[in-house]
Amino acid sequence: MYGFEALTFNIHGGYLEAIVRGHRSGLLTAADYNNLCQCETLDDVKMHLSATEYGPYLQNEPSPLHTTTIVEKCTLKLVDEYKHMLCQATEPLSTFLEYITYGYMIDNVVLIVTGTLHERDVQELLEKCHPLGMFDSIATLAVAQNMRELYRLVLVDTPLAPYFSECITSEDLDDMNIEIMRNTLYKAYLEDFYNFCQKLGGATAEIMSDLLAFEADRRAVNITINSIGTELTRDDRRKLYSNFGLLYPYGHEELALCEDIDQVRGAMEKYPPYQSIFAKISYGESQMLDKAFYEEEVKRLCLAFEQQFHYAVFFAYMRLREQEIRNLMWISECVAQNQKSRIHDSVVFIF
Amino acid sequence: MGDYRGLNVRRDRGGCCPPTDLMRSEAMQLVRIIVPVESAHLTLSYLGDLGLFQFKDVCRIFNAFLVQFPVVLWFPSVRCRIMNDPISDCLSDSVGLNADKSPFQRTYANQIKRCGEMARKLRLFKEQMAKAGISHSEMVMTQTRIDFDEMEIKLGELEAELIEVNSNNEKLQRSYNELLEYMLVLKKAGEFFYSAQSSATAQQREIEARQIGDGSLDSPLLLEQEMLTDPSKQVKLGFVSGLVPKEKAMAFERILFRATRGNMYLRQAAVDDPVIDPISGEKIAKNVFVVFYSGERAKTKILKICEAFGANRYPFTDDIGKQMQMISEVSGKITELKTTIDLGMLHRDNILKNISHQFEQWNNLVRTEKAIYHTLNMLSLDVTKKCLVAEGWSPVFATSQIQDALQRATYDSNSQVGSIFQVLHTKESPPTYFQTNKFTSAFQEIVDAYGIAKYQEANPGVYTIITFPFLFAVMFGDWGHGMCLLLATLLLIFREKKLSSQVSSHLF
Repeated sequence: MYGFEALTFNIHGGYLEAIVRGHRSGLLTAADYNNLCQCETLDDVKMHLSATEYGPYLQNEPSPLHTTTIVEKCTLKLVDEYKHMLCQATEPLSTFLEYITYGYMIDNVVLIVTGTLHERDVQELLEKCHPLGMFDSIATLAVAQNMRELYRLVLVDTPLAPYFSECITSEDLDDMNIEIMRNTLYKAYLEDFYNFCQKLGGATAEIMSDLLAFEADRRAVNITINSIGTELTRDDRRKLYSNFGLLYPYGHEELALCEDIDQVRGAMEKYPPYQSIFAKISYGESQMLDKAFYEEEVKRLCLAFEQQFHYAVFFAYMRLREQEIRNLMWISECVAQNQKSRIHDSVVFIF
Repeated sequence: MGDYRGLNVRRDRGGCCPPTDLMRSEAMQLVRIIVPVESAHLTLSYLGDLGLFQFKDVCRIFNAFLVQFPVVLWFPSVRCRIMNDPISDCLSDSVGLNADKSPFQRTYANQIKRCGEMARKLRLFKEQMAKAGISHSEMVMTQTRIDFDEMEIKLGELEAELIEVNSNNEKLQRSYNELLEYMLVLKKAGEFFYSAQSSATAQQREIEARQIGDGSLDSPLLLEQEMLTDPSKQVKLGFVSGLVPKEKAMAFERILFRATRGNMYLRQAAVDDPVIDPISGEKIAKNVFVVFYSGERAKTKILKICEAFGANRYPFTDDIGKQMQMISEVSGKITELKTTIDLGMLHRDNILKNISHQFEQWNNLVRTEKAIYHTLNMLSLDVTKKCLVAEGWSPVFATSQIQDALQRATYDSNSQVGSIFQVLHTKESPPTYFQTNKFTSAFQEIVDAYGIAKYQEANPGVYTIITFPFLFAVMFGDWGHGMCLLLATLLLIFREKKLSSQVSSHLF
């Protein structure tokens, strides 16, 4: 019954909720970001980060640092925290936590398939994969030649198997098909996740549907903008939109017909939450759209922490940590390339 | 002694209370010390050794982003206290003491970075020593002052040498493990072929026996078809042999089956002991496998799958004679490599032993230097007069000791100008200082955990000396328990000297 979670949630989920809230208070604050933005070299960045929770992970790196090392170690911290939470979780929290990683799995699969297409070495590709999305037989993806083989050989054992029903074709894999495959998989994943959360009910269902709806809408807009000018037909485009969210179904109809950014803006401005996003960008500009979307997402994720006794805090924490790692990567790159003026272009403050 | 303190007390407190050691805080005074730059380092070092001065930040204005609370860095006796605070060196970095400078623009920031680098190298050495099982002797009390720059160079050299030796050893170890695995493959795969051979000959003999038994007309036709092995029609089977980790063996088999649509034959045999994997260096339980396949495409697929699963492949021949030869060759190589590896490990252990003798001392030195530079950052530089100004609190009884330390520093650093020691009068309330000895410090710490008494406030620590053991005893309801505790503590007390030299300081 919604409203009475306080009676029973803490039996199984209390410890982990406390842990995740503790982690969340260790996220970098605006003061930290200001310090980091004033750094001159990567060594200064390392020095500042050693005073935060990233300290133990970065302190043993020898002096000529690379941005990839910093990002790798920070991701390692996230992976450690996730694994700790996963091994302490019981059902249904453990299934929920695993759902969070399917998105990374899809990205890894696409990365390896694309890399094999461009004749890269498998071991090199494996190092670039996100650690949260690894599964056992991932390296065998390099053997597959078309999608059916991909499915039959490797993916049928993984949790991604049910998402494949819509996209098994015998066509050979090329760049366009891989993108379509990625988006179809992601659409099936989001819908599955959404249904799972609805089944969980209560505060989890409410908050997660809001967050997932935003995610679905954001992907719809990105798909539209990226496919303007390519040979993707309108019907194909419409098939890639998820069937839930604020934009479903009328917004999708309009988006499917759009041919340039201003039309997209026209379609989106009918929805008040997205109108505020598009109001921040002036006409004809699309670079800042990403940042605007991130800011809106961060705002919603922070709101998820305002309520207790639900699982959406875990999802929100993982996403916030991801955003922080993105910020750190941007800052490190700007510092390493001496372009401090552009640092504030893409850093989204979390608090 | 008592008169002197009494005089002070009457001056400071209006003469109402008699002087008591532990009941109230010592009388404190705000002091300004002006040191010339060349003797600054030594001065701070001696003051730190004394442990009776608390440095204060000099600038009033705090940068809003950099500071959460006004900080005073307590700079107590360096030898024992520095061990216990891992984070304070980082935190004090972020304190905005000189308001116009950010932490990494401070005067001594470079020195701190150098110290950080050296600390990292020392941590690396400690890790290596732990891996090799060499323990470093604790608390080496040598008085030789090591030069800081020399030590930095030496640490750099040692690190480079250690990394080189380690990488060489690793390479050798990897070849050694590969050879060991090859040996296993030769043995076990040999068994496959041998058993297959023997069962084939057994079958052959059976068929012959049956043939001799039947003499009927139609049977020769069938038998001919069975027995004639037409070489031209025979499909040539290629095979791949190697080792695969046991956990992945099931998935490996499944994927091989799927990839070749079932047109392959796999034999696996488990290896009894765990084998050290050449690539990862850990002991893993493995299986020896041999895959038979036909056709080129199947071969490429199988090779890719082997790579994907981290299964190491080794070449193998059918010929029994050649097998024996390979086995003897590989055994020879294994013994050679073993001796080389042993020599390499010996060399590395020697390096680590040399390091371990001086490790503790170096560690102390690096931490001392880091703390000194942090504190130096807190002093303000008076550029026109080429001297540093420090403000801080100190107990009144320590005045002579501090002045003594300053004089010694001036003398040792051969500076022309002496340091100036000046007592300031202020309305601020000073921090609290209780003089404790080994016995009372334990109780004082327990009380401090709840909250440190304000200046000149009554100190509950004195009463805890009596009440704490009493309440503790009340908790333990029985006499036997109490006797055990008593015996254990007596043991610790009498063995205090011996134990404190053995075990690391943070435990006690």
